[in-house]
Amino acid sequence: MSKIVLSHIDKFYGENHVLRDINLTIEDGDFMTLLGPSGCGKTTTLRVVSGLEKPQHGTMTIDDRPVIDADKAFYEAPSKRGLNLVFQSYALWPHMTVFQNVAFGLKIKKLKKAEIEETVMRALKTMRIEEYRNRYPNELSGGQQQRVAIARAIASSPKLLLLDEPLSNLDARLRIDMRAELKRLHKETGTTIIYVTHDQVEALTMSTKIALFKEGEISQIDTPLGLYTNPIDLQAADFIGTPRINFIDATGYYDGDTLKVTSAFGEYVYPHETLKLDETFPKGEEFACVLGLRPEMVDIYTQDPHHKNTVPAEVYANQPAGSETLVTLTVGNTEFLAIQVGLVEYDMNQNVFVVLHPGRMNVYNKETGRLIKFAKTKHKAGIED
Amino acid sequence: MAKKGWKRPPMTKERFKNSFLNVVGNPFNVIVLITLLMLFVFIVIPLITMVLNTFTVTRGSADMARRVDPGVNPGDYSIWAWKFLFGANNFVSSGSMGLRGTQIYTNLLEPLFHSLTVGFFVTIISVPLGALMAWLMVRTDLPAKGLLSALILIPYMIPSWCKALSWLTVFRTPKYGGYYGLLTGLGVPVPEWLAYGPIAIILVMVLHYYAFSYIMVSGALRSINSELEEMGEIQGANKLQILKSITLPLVLPSILSATIMTISKSIGTYGVAARLGNTIQYYVLATKMKYFLESQQTAAVGYIFSMLMIALAAGTILINQKLIGTRKSYATIGGKGTRSNLIPLGGAKWPMLIFLTIFIIVAMFMPLFFLVMESFQIIPGKGYRPDNLTLYAWIGALENAPNEQFNQPGLFQNPEFFRSLWNTVKLSVIGSLVTAVFGQFFGYITTRGRGKWYGNAVEQLIFIPYLMPGVAFAAIYYSLASNYAPILVGSFTLVLIVSIVKHFPFASRSGSSNMMQISVELEEAATINGAGFWRRILSIVIPLAKGGFLSGFLLSFISIAKELDLIAILMTNQDNYTLSFLSFNYSKEAMPQVADAICIIIIAFILITNRIADKFGGNVSKSM
Repeated sequence: MSKIVLSHIDKFYGENHVLRDINLTIEDGDFMTLLGPSGCGKTTTLRVVSGLEKPQHGTMTIDDRPVIDADKAFYEAPSKRGLNLVFQSYALWPHMTVFQNVAFGLKIKKLKKAEIEETVMRALKTMRIEEYRNRYPNELSGGQQQRVAIARAIASSPKLLLLDEPLSNLDARLRIDMRAELKRLHKETGTTIIYVTHDQVEALTMSTKIALFKEGEISQIDTPLGLYTNPIDLQAADFIGTPRINFIDATGYYDGDTLKVTSAFGEYVYPHETLKLDETFPKGEEFACVLGLRPEMVDIYTQDPHHKNTVPAEVYANQPAGSETLVTLTVGNTEFLAIQVGLVEYDMNQNVFVVLHPGRMNVYNKETGRLIKFAKTKHKAGIED
Repeated sequence: MAKKGWKRPPMTKERFKNSFLNVVGNPFNVIVLITLLMLFVFIVIPLITMVLNTFTVTRGSADMARRVDPGVNPGDYSIWAWKFLFGANNFVSSGSMGLRGTQIYTNLLEPLFHSLTVGFFVTIISVPLGALMAWLMVRTDLPAKGLLSALILIPYMIPSWCKALSWLTVFRTPKYGGYYGLLTGLGVPVPEWLAYGPIAIILVMVLHYYAFSYIMVSGALRSINSELEEMGEIQGANKLQILKSITLPLVLPSILSATIMTISKSIGTYGVAARLGNTIQYYVLATKMKYFLESQQTAAVGYIFSMLMIALAAGTILINQKLIGTRKSYATIGGKGTRSNLIPLGGAKWPMLIFLTIFIIVAMFMPLFFLVMESFQIIPGKGYRPDNLTLYAWIGALENAPNEQFNQPGLFQNPEFFRSLWNTVKLSVIGSLVTAVFGQFFGYITTRGRGKWYGNAVEQLIFIPYLMPGVAFAAIYYSLASNYAPILVGSFTLVLIVSIVKHFPFASRSGSSNMMQISVELEEAATINGAGFWRRILSIVIPLAKGGFLSGFLLSFISIAKELDLIAILMTNQDNYTLSFLSFNYSKEAMPQVADAICIIIIAFILITNRIADKFGGNVSKSM
């Protein structure tokens, strides 16, 4: 149970500035995911938290207790931070059995033999691998090794559990199983978890909060829903969500009160309270902007539904995929992707009607690439939007 | 390091205290510090001392020095040794012989020329030979490969000076201690230019150094994906075109490296050149250096030779680095292409098999056979009739000696043999144990410190002994000992230290390849679980490094046990003789049978140890 505060962390490798002014607060009980493409600094941040890396600048506290104070060259030893780490490679010691792997840290803590036995078995049971206690790591499958690695990390009942891309070496089915397992683990133990991944599905499905990394900086910290609904910039929007978001070129005009956006879909007027006013965008003149439209927010009708936001469109291509169907549509010269639940058949070049929900679209300033208008989150969105 | 937008915070008292504790509180840092200090003491200081020695007048060399530089006293700095070698007088020809009549020619140019001749011919013969054998063994459908690959590196395991002795058993002329070789004994007149001198030296070395290009090229060939060659075939190239424009360019880096290494090693080899050259005053740099070092008067001149040899070796290796761009991995082709389709040799199959068979007979069976047979002969070169055969050289007592040529009892009656055997075992066991342990530490530091200044520093320092020919390296230590620790001159300790430090590069390479297999994360996982440095080393690193350590140990064991060049000039005290030096000495003292017998024992010892090392994943190709 702990609250971790990182402030102004800078990390250099030689001349390489790999972490740039990282500020991050992880509340007690959070499942915080550090998300981003490879090389963006998320693993380095995790290693800074664990104590395996020493940043050149910044501070870190755990429950208000200083753990890093770079200016004073103070770095508490990893083992004293009350945390444990699951490595991407699992890092199981090949010369020790499953039991010995899990018991290692407890032995160092000089626990009594019976206590070690009990604690190890409890961890193995939690991860449902107690029957492998006498096997060596190379006698286990990838998924089982993964469970041993997690058992080893939770055996010491850490206040903070760090996971570095733990699922990336598993096949697709096992990954879904382990996701469920980790989510349960978080709920059952109440441990604060920091989880590193480049897989946005993992991030969205498991986290309570996500920190989105970009080139050594945190570009956005939000809940999964918040991040999905309102990515802070075009890159983030592009990164989050499969299939990816549609970007529609448009022209904006802000009169100081409302934002008028004109695109192939027509003209939308957004009231003052939906705008993100701390961003820069021109006032009193037209400027280039981009509409962000999630594929699942496009409804397709073969007959005119007489909805106020109906636009006639043409089917460009149709990709049925079992549980869902991807439909590429065109309105004028603008092409975008829609996703329909279930199997739906359309002919090529078929004329259809699409209902759009302007309130649930994002608007980005094309010049800065930043979000200037929030989309309503789904549960707040009414039919009329 | 300049970091953009980054200012070092002010050095407060607390920051200083913490920084200090961070460094000192981590045993790893302390070990790095000790290692750097040790390498400085054992590698850098000796090197500096040797250079200084060439500028110093000692008590022993004062007389000699005054001849060149009048009025100098012991302890003075003087360039007499350099003048001795390069002074203007040396360029004046006596008589009408032109350059050949000058001092500089006899002292320096002739040995240099001889060394280069030997290096050149050894290289142009052994590199193509080794490369061809590698190609045949790795890429073609040559028959009987299993047997051949078991035998093909055995010649390399026979110490080169043993091969020189074996050469003498066949080609010796009466000039050499009055004994006949096999051929002279059969009435075949052996010309002196064949028995001794450049041809003999070159041929014996070829039978040894072919192994460099064989090992390197076969490693490179193995790493080439055969799909690359198949692609060539699909494009319509014939076998010769594929070999020329695909295979060869890909293995070229390894061939270049082998070339450089062969040149540098053949120039540095002492034992073979001494055995086969000194009899007819055919000197190379190594033997000439030994000649100067033998006298207190001229030792400083010997050190200049040593510097010259180091410069030559370092020069060639630097050229190699320039050409290839890497130092450690000679095989520069990566990839995972393990699947290899063999190239059918067709009609060339049997001729090639015969060629390899002949090579193995000439390089392995014949040397062994002649050594064994001569060790049983009463009079060498008098044939193998029963009345000329005896077990004396092995087990005879002095009073039963068949003739007065035998002034020593047979090996197993000879206390000198047992003393040397004990010395060899002592030297190899202690030496290889220490070397292997240090090697693992060096490997640990260089792999964990890769890219950091201390990792690079250790790596660079460790590499220095590799640049130095064994004789030159020993000369440095000899000089250091005679200057600062006379008590070490002629001591076992000095021999031990030299053997250990000289094997550092190899041991650290084996250590780092061992440590590379132990992922850093395994240690980090232990750190997270609360294990400190020593706990990590004990519980994680050592158990995982065991196998590699053992094979590294056995391989340095072999290397130290057979070493002759390195220790030859340190053998000033009979009590410290090792088997190799004893054998070398007996062969000089006209006791070839006993010398041969010792060789056989050493070879048997090497082959057995290698077999054991093989079991633990060691391989002779790692001990170059």
